[in-house]
Amino acid sequence: MSEIIRRDPRAEWIARNRLHPLHAALQSQNQTVWIGPNGIVRKNPHAIAAGFIGPAGIKRIDRSGAQQGTGTRRSASVEVQLPLHVVEQPAYYVAVVPDMVGGRLSSHDKDLLGLARRLAGSEGAVLAVVFGEHKESAFDSAGVDRLLLLDGEQYQGYAPEQRVLALRAVDNQFAPRHWLLPDSRTGGGELGRRLAASLGERPATRVWQAEGERCVGRAGAGQQDIQRPLARLILAAAECAEPVSETRHEARPVELAWQVARNLPRIEDLGPVAVDPAQIPMAEAEFILSGGNGVKDWELFHRAASALGATEGASRVAVDDGHMPRSRQVGATGTWVTARVYLAVGISGAIQHLQGIGACDKVVAVNLDPGCDMIKRADLSVIGDSSAILQALIERVAAWRQEGRRDAA
Amino acid sequence: MTDLNIVALVSIGAHPASGRARRAEQDARAVELGLRLAGKRLRVLHAGNPREEALRSYLGMGLDELAVLEQPAGADALPALADYLADAGAQLVLTGSQAETGEGSGMLPFLLAERLGWPLVVGLAEVEKVEDGSAQVLQALPRGQRRRLRVRLPFVASVDSAAPGARQSAFGPARRGRIEAHEVAVVEDQLLAASTLQPARPRPKRLKVIKAKTGAERMKAATAKAAGGTGQVLKDVSPQAGAEAIFKLLLDEGVLR
Repeated sequence: MSEIIRRDPRAEWIARNRLHPLHAALQSQNQTVWIGPNGIVRKNPHAIAAGFIGPAGIKRIDRSGAQQGTGTRRSASVEVQLPLHVVEQPAYYVAVVPDMVGGRLSSHDKDLLGLARRLAGSEGAVLAVVFGEHKESAFDSAGVDRLLLLDGEQYQGYAPEQRVLALRAVDNQFAPRHWLLPDSRTGGGELGRRLAASLGERPATRVWQAEGERCVGRAGAGQQDIQRPLARLILAAAECAEPVSETRHEARPVELAWQVARNLPRIEDLGPVAVDPAQIPMAEAEFILSGGNGVKDWELFHRAASALGATEGASRVAVDDGHMPRSRQVGATGTWVTARVYLAVGISGAIQHLQGIGACDKVVAVNLDPGCDMIKRADLSVIGDSSAILQALIERVAAWRQEGRRDAA
Repeated sequence: MTDLNIVALVSIGAHPASGRARRAEQDARAVELGLRLAGKRLRVLHAGNPREEALRSYLGMGLDELAVLEQPAGADALPALADYLADAGAQLVLTGSQAETGEGSGMLPFLLAERLGWPLVVGLAEVEKVEDGSAQVLQALPRGQRRRLRVRLPFVASVDSAAPGARQSAFGPARRGRIEAHEVAVVEDQLLAASTLQPARPRPKRLKVIKAKTGAERMKAATAKAAGGTGQVLKDVSPQAGAEAIFKLLLDEGVLR
């Protein structure tokens, strides 16, 4: 929208003329200050004294006219555009292979891009190599100058050897000054070490600080630090550097010049295996169904957990009453869980329990009391009787599984 | 039990609290997995000092003998191990995923596989079956998940903390077991000499940096409540409608399998 203020003389005339049929429509309710026909500032003191309801629900009067004027004034808080950092002819590249857990940059990936940005300086460009489909839309603000997407069915699933081949092709074409990979269990640690073995580079592993020409990483079982010259291939730990926050980058797409050769896979991926949820340690379970004082029918609770395929947890009250073993307690005295989805049934949310679920992504609460603390924490809350809701949930999931089987057949 | 020819590579660990030499946690798991697969026919190999007492705790797990490639501390274990394994006719080499002392980069299984030209499986949890020159194995993934892989023999596999826990080491067998030392050529590790080991420093906590331009923004950032209050609350709905909403969220998050 243009910033030039345009007057509409006809509308102003109608607004002045109380006998005009359109007069009421053009009368803005909260306009207290306006420019009169002769260019004189006019005020409506009655409208000012009528006041307005402030954010705390109390009537406020603002005689400066600043508050009332907001309706007609343009909002001043325009989205601040960060300065764009352009590298037209990169002197060298710093290649990053993010993990992309769930198709998005994780916080570990962003830290790594921050480190890459620092290593690239103003001359170099950060090249991100992404395998397969992604859902990320913020490559530019994460500090990616060049983006290389490697898509294709040969990279689907578990194909570390094919990925190493592709990274070797990237190494040939771009000759990056540094290779950066996250030293994580979700894939980066393995891929980085495979690449290091294939390139014959000695990597710096578990690096948590890189300054100048030296870097510091954990050694052994974490009892010692190893300080060494900055390696070409760096496997960095989480929080190795601050993520990029002050500049925007181009994320300009680049292509590989040659097709990557297909190798005959020596390791064949036969797909994931169904795991008994009760065997997964609670601290790392992905989906937890947790019961508390509000659960009356524990038989039904166990049936619900097996129908949903969830790992069972419990609050302290349920454990003290003997409904669940002590090893299943979630919270300050029990286990601190990291589940992606935490379904709390009949748990009101004592602070010790809420501490234990601090790292959970999505919390769903089923409770009778709409005012309890768990509801405040939860992303979705259902107020009602837990037994009836669990029963309905079991039936819904059973119907869904039935449907799936019919589709497959 | 299978008739695979299995070699487990072991190292000397360090107790996390006292720092005393002990059997390495992950290597002991590798030996455990090997014992379950091959029983007494499992061969265990170490590169280092054959007079190290902590090696005997591997023998105490039920082994008769243990081969040691004699090397001084700081020597490169890779060439000696690769030469030995190439001649040993092993079909499966089990290792831990990283050493508890020294650099502990976790590169050894990768370099060994590269050097031998064998495939490598990371995070082996279980060998399901072995048939016509390939093995079907389970790989441990984060969050307790498993993946089934088929891999051609021979291969190298590294074991992490998801593998079955190691059995106790018994004192008698540990005393009775034989340690066989082999002479090998010593290769110095040149690259490690450029780096220094020091006691681990605690890592600095990351500070929350507020990059606000105006006072109002700073005030907002300082007084902002951490999350909450945005959740959807379903009140006065039938149990079926409530269950439907929960079901939909679970399906969107992809936790129903």
